[in-house]
Amino acid sequence: MSDTVAGLLQVGALVVLLAVVYVPLGDYMARVFTSERHLRVERFFYRVVRVDAGTEQKWTTYAAGVIGFSFVSVVLLYLIQRLQPFLPFGFGRGVDGDTIPPAMAFNNAVSFVTNTNWQSYVPEQVAGHTVQSAGLAVQNFLSAAVGLAVAVALTRGFLRSATDRLGNFWVDLTRGTVRILLPFAFVAGILLVAMGAVMSLKSGTDVTNVDGAQYTIPLAPAGSQEAIKELGTNGGGIFNANSSHPFENPNALSNLFEIFLLLVIPVSLTRTFGTMVRNTRQGTVLVAVMGVIWAALTAIAWFSESAARTPAAIAAGAAMEGKEVRFGIPGSMLFAVSTTGTSTGAINAQHDSLSGGAGAVTILNMLLGEVAPGGVGTGLYGILVVAIIAVFLAGLMVGRTPEYLGKKLGRREVTAASISILAMPALVLIGVGLAIALPGTGDAMNNSGSHGFSEVLYAYSSASNNNGSAFAGITVTSDFFQTTLGICMLLGRFVPILATLALAGCLARQKKVEAGAGTLPTDGVLFSVLVGGTIILVAALTFFPALALGPIVEALS
Amino acid sequence: MLTTFWRQTATGLRVLILFTIVCGIIYPALSYGVAHIPGLAGNAEGSIVTAKDGTPAGSSLIGIDPVAKDPNADPYFHTRPSASSENALGPADTSTSGGSDKGPFDTKLVDTVDERKATIAARDGVDPSQVPPDAVTASASGLDPDISPAYAAIQVARVARVTGLPVAAVQKLVADSTEGRILGFLGEPTVAVTTLNLAVAAAR
Repeated sequence: MSDTVAGLLQVGALVVLLAVVYVPLGDYMARVFTSERHLRVERFFYRVVRVDAGTEQKWTTYAAGVIGFSFVSVVLLYLIQRLQPFLPFGFGRGVDGDTIPPAMAFNNAVSFVTNTNWQSYVPEQVAGHTVQSAGLAVQNFLSAAVGLAVAVALTRGFLRSATDRLGNFWVDLTRGTVRILLPFAFVAGILLVAMGAVMSLKSGTDVTNVDGAQYTIPLAPAGSQEAIKELGTNGGGIFNANSSHPFENPNALSNLFEIFLLLVIPVSLTRTFGTMVRNTRQGTVLVAVMGVIWAALTAIAWFSESAARTPAAIAAGAAMEGKEVRFGIPGSMLFAVSTTGTSTGAINAQHDSLSGGAGAVTILNMLLGEVAPGGVGTGLYGILVVAIIAVFLAGLMVGRTPEYLGKKLGRREVTAASISILAMPALVLIGVGLAIALPGTGDAMNNSGSHGFSEVLYAYSSASNNNGSAFAGITVTSDFFQTTLGICMLLGRFVPILATLALAGCLARQKKVEAGAGTLPTDGVLFSVLVGGTIILVAALTFFPALALGPIVEALS
Repeated sequence: MLTTFWRQTATGLRVLILFTIVCGIIYPALSYGVAHIPGLAGNAEGSIVTAKDGTPAGSSLIGIDPVAKDPNADPYFHTRPSASSENALGPADTSTSGGSDKGPFDTKLVDTVDERKATIAARDGVDPSQVPPDAVTASASGLDPDISPAYAAIQVARVARVTGLPVAAVQKLVADSTEGRILGFLGEPTVAVTTLNLAVAAAR
């Protein structure tokens, strides 16, 4: 079998797997968030935490729940890291001794609570198993569940009429965790161990290599964390090498399975949306846009990486620097595009060493706003906001009434959507501009010239989009980077969330209007093209100058 | 407004503590338990492989380059270069993992690749053009357990000569450690270096 055919079959197998679960999983998630019934374990849970599951909240209360919950999450995660010396399974790990310093602990806490999982530390040297499993991995669940909740609240905004109630944040958070993330992650984690991933509580194991040399191989409870890391589109590795580490991603089968895991919820959520608004074609239109962008970028990355003519690739004979033999170029590119198109940011190849074309694709994929298919929940509300802008633009162009799913898009709705969509570009451009203007940044770069610029652009794109992957050669432990990247992660997460919830509130308050002759149909191919065009237009207009300075120069040289 | 926020935050703290217990303690503990049933326990503890005398000799999933005592009589199959190694070629620093993060236009990377190519060609007595890409590039993990069949092939003659094993016997051992694509189309063909070196040592 030729390499190309094998690579195509690999992509095909992934698409078939996603297609098979699309309807059942999408509909299951819709039932989870619309069901009147609470599970017994949930009722017990609500009693313990004193939540009245029967009351619904206004958008402001819902938003207060999201922000308040994330706030205490950052504080607790910071404390768990700082208290590592007193916790079990710490093994004396840390930086310069057994502690995690304040700036690093703060950056990590923000990073995991915002679903970014940007990592400025070497996990197997810095974080013990308690910090990993009972601290960081808890946020792998909860930050994903927050994303789900916000997406569901926005969907209810379209669904409901003349009400100021959006649902109960604590119920949505609990159901997303208990009924979706926990059971699926548990099964996936065991499957990963069956494929070869480690799940050990030891710090490491001593071995004598065939040449007689002694080594300690670090171990970790990786299986359970790897599963939720991908399923929740988090991406924070339990080992520094992330999903390229053989203990996290042991073979080509686990590789395909992990790509499936990180795509499955964002993709199926479009079905959940369609089912909830009682018009599944509305979901199909969105997943089609996501799929076309994903497929196009995968094709470009795969082709340009296979045909790389950079000096390093010519010297070696192929672009294998920073890749694993078992995945090869197709398996690495499939992962790279899927991880940057979701908010995952896990890696199975070092993106910093990608040749110009593939490197540009990974940056562009984030700058498109991570909607192909986006993170858990964030992908759905991200693309719905784009759809609103698309309806508005189309309305301006052809003089049609801007309406989407029976809701009029007035000044408030479009303002909220615009804030949501423009937060990320503003953060990326201001962040990169500041960093480049400062004299110290040149020393932090691992590479000079346009590739050094790409490292900085990648860092701010990754933080502001809550992705978490990196052109990892850059040294980001300086106070400037820790602080500004931390701010980008916070604002890149919560400004769009607040704008989205405000939007949901506005939409829910409106009465539904019947579609008239002047209403743009939003369940056909034309609308897919409009949404796709809007995604590309916004990114191209905003980022062309920045992309031209780094990735585009590289891709052309 | 502010009271709403603090009330929600207080609820958030209670929810967070409960979920920390559920997702942070019960979930990994259950996963650990199931991962240690017979059949999975070996994987869970790192797929450790043993030497002929039963001592743990590495993990079948982790490649650490063996160093020959006499470079002119090198009996080992070599792994891919590791970015955590002190030299262009040589064993990884197993306390960490990761790649070089060198960009595609990095001149130092090009120099390192050229140096590796020359060293390997001389070591294995082949033309530099025969040295495959995976032999001269640092892996993503720094611990890549595998090499390409092409890189194994150029090492066979040397290993056979130094160990005194017939070339056909070494080729057989390589074939035993070679995996095709999973299901015929997933990933790339691989040769597992740690298990291969142990098989060679056992055959001597």
